[in-house]
Amino acid sequence: MKRAGFDSRWLPVFLLMPQLAIILVFFYWPAWQALQSSFYLEDPFGFGSTFVGFENYLRLFRSSEYLRTAGFTVVFTVLVTFFALSIALLLAVKADKVLHGARTYRTLLMWVYAVAPPVAGFITLIVFNQRWGPLTEFFALFGWDFRVRLDYTDTAIAMVIASVWKQIPVNFIFFLSGLQSIPRAVREAALIDNRSASARFWTVTFPLLAPTGFFLLIINTTYALFDTFGLIDTILRNNPGDNPITLVYKVYVDGFRGQDIGGSSAQSVVLMVLVLALTIFQFRMVDRRIHYT
Amino acid sequence: MAKLTLSQVGKTYAAGSQAAVSGVDIDIADGEFIVLVGPSGCGKSTLLRMVAGLETVTEGEIRIGDRLVNHVDPADRDIAMVFQNYALYPHMTVRGNMAYGLKNRGESRQAINDRVEQAARMLELTPYLDRKPRALSGGQRQRVAMGRAIVREPAAFLFDEPLSNLDAKLRVTMRGEIRKLQRRLGTTSLYVTHDQLEAMTLADRLVVLNGGKVEQIGAPLEVYNNPASTFVAAFIGSPAMNLLDAQVEGGTLMVEGHRLAQVARDAGPVTVGLRPEDLVLSTSGLPLRIDYVEELGAQRIIHGFIGDQPAAVADGSPDAPLSDIVHVTAARADIHLFDTTTGKRMDLPAETQIAEATA
Ligand SMILES: Nc1ncnc2c1ncn2[C@@H]1O[C@H](COP(=O)(O)OP(=O)(O)OP(=O)(O)O)[C@@H](O)[C@H]1O
Ligand SMILES: [Mg+2]
Repeated sequence: MKRAGFDSRWLPVFLLMPQLAIILVFFYWPAWQALQSSFYLEDPFGFGSTFVGFENYLRLFRSSEYLRTAGFTVVFTVLVTFFALSIALLLAVKADKVLHGARTYRTLLMWVYAVAPPVAGFITLIVFNQRWGPLTEFFALFGWDFRVRLDYTDTAIAMVIASVWKQIPVNFIFFLSGLQSIPRAVREAALIDNRSASARFWTVTFPLLAPTGFFLLIINTTYALFDTFGLIDTILRNNPGDNPITLVYKVYVDGFRGQDIGGSSAQSVVLMVLVLALTIFQFRMVDRRIHYT
Repeated sequence: MAKLTLSQVGKTYAAGSQAAVSGVDIDIADGEFIVLVGPSGCGKSTLLRMVAGLETVTEGEIRIGDRLVNHVDPADRDIAMVFQNYALYPHMTVRGNMAYGLKNRGESRQAINDRVEQAARMLELTPYLDRKPRALSGGQRQRVAMGRAIVREPAAFLFDEPLSNLDAKLRVTMRGEIRKLQRRLGTTSLYVTHDQLEAMTLADRLVVLNGGKVEQIGAPLEVYNNPASTFVAAFIGSPAMNLLDAQVEGGTLMVEGHRLAQVARDAGPVTVGLRPEDLVLSTSGLPLRIDYVEELGAQRIIHGFIGDQPAAVADGSPDAPLSDIVHVTAARADIHLFDTTTGKRMDLPAETQIAEATA
């Protein structure tokens, strides 16, 4: 078959155009804008901007409020990732044992996944409602006066619980299919080689789940860092006050509320660097050891 | 090392469903190599897995040595199993795979190391000890699976079609190695295969299973020479034994109206079994209308029809010209008679029977 050199060179580019255009318009361009404006101090009324170099960044790292938010974000991310993964793993292991039930289990949990973030946040608000929320009443049984949006720690706890709850189904599905893809014979070999069920789990099942687990670790970290925005916004009713917020939420608050475009842009750039670091870490790990077959 | 006793062992998977295995009685002597053979779905794996403890025993008793193991944990049964797809731990090195079971039994480091090294030497795996299974060939993985079984020094080896994932040539080599290894270690072995040739070459005794029941137990040659039923007759031996509808008329065995032999039996229908390799071409006998011929080099298999019943003949002189119809006969000792309705062997081969009758 004769191929035109022109075609073979430009056709792929042409076919990729829509995708490239979308990435360009919705990612690179805003990213570039953010990078640019992070070096400027913008007049709050939009009458021009002044180049200030790294001033926005320096201001950021000197701000105790920013550092406090960063600290909370780290704690929040670690907690959400840890609980979302470990609870899902526990459920998946149990579900895997009663394989027949797994299907209904799966559908039930997928519902939670299908719940949109604002709805999830709203449900959280109901559950933690000051006067009649079931969880609030439950905590009250232990003499704990649980006050969402009024108490810093209580709000943080509600955020973590809601975020974990929302992420468990996805993790569960992945863990369950990971568990089911471990060959039956390998588990049976382990059954003959090792009498302790928990030792079998930690020495055979868990390492074989590592690829899935690592993938989920990245997904969950990203989720806790970025995708919890909607949920947090609903819980805070769009009004953070003295409540804890994550870094992403702060970008929004400072940029749109505080009209501090320069500072907000600097924060975005910091987050972009974080994502970049996460991605590099992921690729290096995948390249290295977590691969078996 | 120990004997292995199965008495009236049965397995029904789901209540109300048909039994996958029923009424199996096998006494396996210490050091014996027993091969379970039968067509797909006859319950070989089920039986083996019950011995391993991977399936519950719903009926009967399984003893390893003198110990009843029906409710003993697989890890406590003192057995080692080699799986069809090897079932190696993909995240452990070859050494790790072999050592895993020993570590869990709390053996000393030194002892584990010695045994692993020794098994590796025996199986020529020493250069691969620090590799992961994915970096090994199929045959090497198979040997690691063997090694994992050997280091445990178990009372019994259980094999579930361990060679069926290998290519034909390697299968023959490994077959020999397994046999040699088992002789050398003297470990009681239970081996499952659907390949009758593998079964014949490996076994001290064969257990032929059909539909979850034992059809015949015996040494390979005994089973080959005296199949207990048409099922065994057709299953053991390749090409398969010809089974032809025949009649006994006045002491003469007639196939499609042609005389085959004299037999001391009452008149009536019988099934006559003739091994292709026992049939000889001659000038008289049963006429075989040739359909096609398979050339195998050393011999050829002539496929055709006697009357309208299909039959095959193994011909040891593949260069002789053939006409469209050849005549075949068989020595009396090589004629097997089976009950037409039950398929059971009627009794000893015709010659013995006549000899006994005249004696
Ligand atoms: N887990 C199970 N649940 C229900 N029925 C089963 C199960 N495992 C096997 N069976 C049934 O039990 C019968 C025997 O199966 P088994 O696996 O022992 O056969 P096999 O002789 O090993 O066959 P193959 O040569 O194909 O491996 C089959 O009819 C099969 O459908
Ligand atoms: Mg099987």
